[in-house]
Amino acid sequence: MSRLYVARNPKVAARSLDGEMMIMSGRDSTLFTLNRTATILWQAADGATPLNEIVEQRICPEFDVEPAVALQDAETLARDLASQDILQVSENPIPPKMSLAGEMR
Amino acid sequence: MPVKITTSDPQFSDMLVNRYEGFLSESPNSEIEFDVDLVEGGFSDPDADVHVSQNRGQWSLECGDFCAEWSPASRRGWIRQSANPYSIDAVLRIVHTLVLARQGGFLLHSASAIRNGKAFLFAGVSGAGKTTISRLAPADATLLTDEISYVRKTANGYVGFGTPFTGELAKLGENVSAPIAALYLLAKGPENRIEPIPQGEAARALLANVLFFAEDQDLVQSTFHSAFEFVSRVPVSRLTFVPDNDVWELIG
Repeated sequence: MSRLYVARNPKVAARSLDGEMMIMSGRDSTLFTLNRTATILWQAADGATPLNEIVEQRICPEFDVEPAVALQDAETLARDLASQDILQVSENPIPPKMSLAGEMR
Repeated sequence: MPVKITTSDPQFSDMLVNRYEGFLSESPNSEIEFDVDLVEGGFSDPDADVHVSQNRGQWSLECGDFCAEWSPASRRGWIRQSANPYSIDAVLRIVHTLVLARQGGFLLHSASAIRNGKAFLFAGVSGAGKTTISRLAPADATLLTDEISYVRKTANGYVGFGTPFTGELAKLGENVSAPIAALYLLAKGPENRIEPIPQGEAARALLANVLFFAEDQDLVQSTFHSAFEFVSRVPVSRLTFVPDNDVWELIG
């Protein structure tokens, strides 16, 4: 499996409230609420840290799950979030965008 | 927010005067201006959905029964529509959402009323009870709207204003305003009760009822964050009610 990098899409608006991460698409104003795993992935998605490191360092310690299974699930989740324009997924590091519009508050 | 409408058609002008009675002013100042060009038909798809976009600072509004442009810089624009009251109503709602979003406010699918100097908002989808709660309002409550509430952010908090945008009640709101004391999410049930809800749920419910028209990233961002700001400053509760007058004993 090749390395994957994930980055938050700067075109979305995001807020964490009461432990819930809510994200609104800047494209069509659809509102998403992320579960715990997706929230961890979103918060760690800096474009520079490989997905396998995010899984090892952030997701596996939170959940009782095999690293290989967790990585597979995380990749599926990342691609699903990418299909909603919430995350960007690439096989290369993703440089930070100039816009900070999607910065977490 | 004063709006100036110019039309060369006296009958259309009279219709607007009747429709917006109570919201008319002799003030020469306006924050939004429109020239209305009346046409007979000419729209390719009368059932087309509204489409709002921005290009080089100019807003373009298109729908099945009208098209319009408006410039935030000059605050002027034009509307091309047939001689009906609904198209201009839609344009005014849309432009107000654009202007309010920049100021931290929004239009909300909700009824609202003033009681004891405070404004109360009652939000919900169609059928949730906006018209019912408005109809049940006691004599000492002033109805702001039974359909679309006008929320402005001020230095001292959020203020609810009356609007001429009506729902099933078909009754104009009063042209007055008051600080917003609470937002209630309406639900019908076997008894009247108010339950506080977590801020996350409140924000989700608020965003579900905010009027969004523009496919514009900056506007979505600002409205999204405005909703969170609102729920951090205004109490949001679920109001379950039996359709009877007693529910208003819980309000105000």
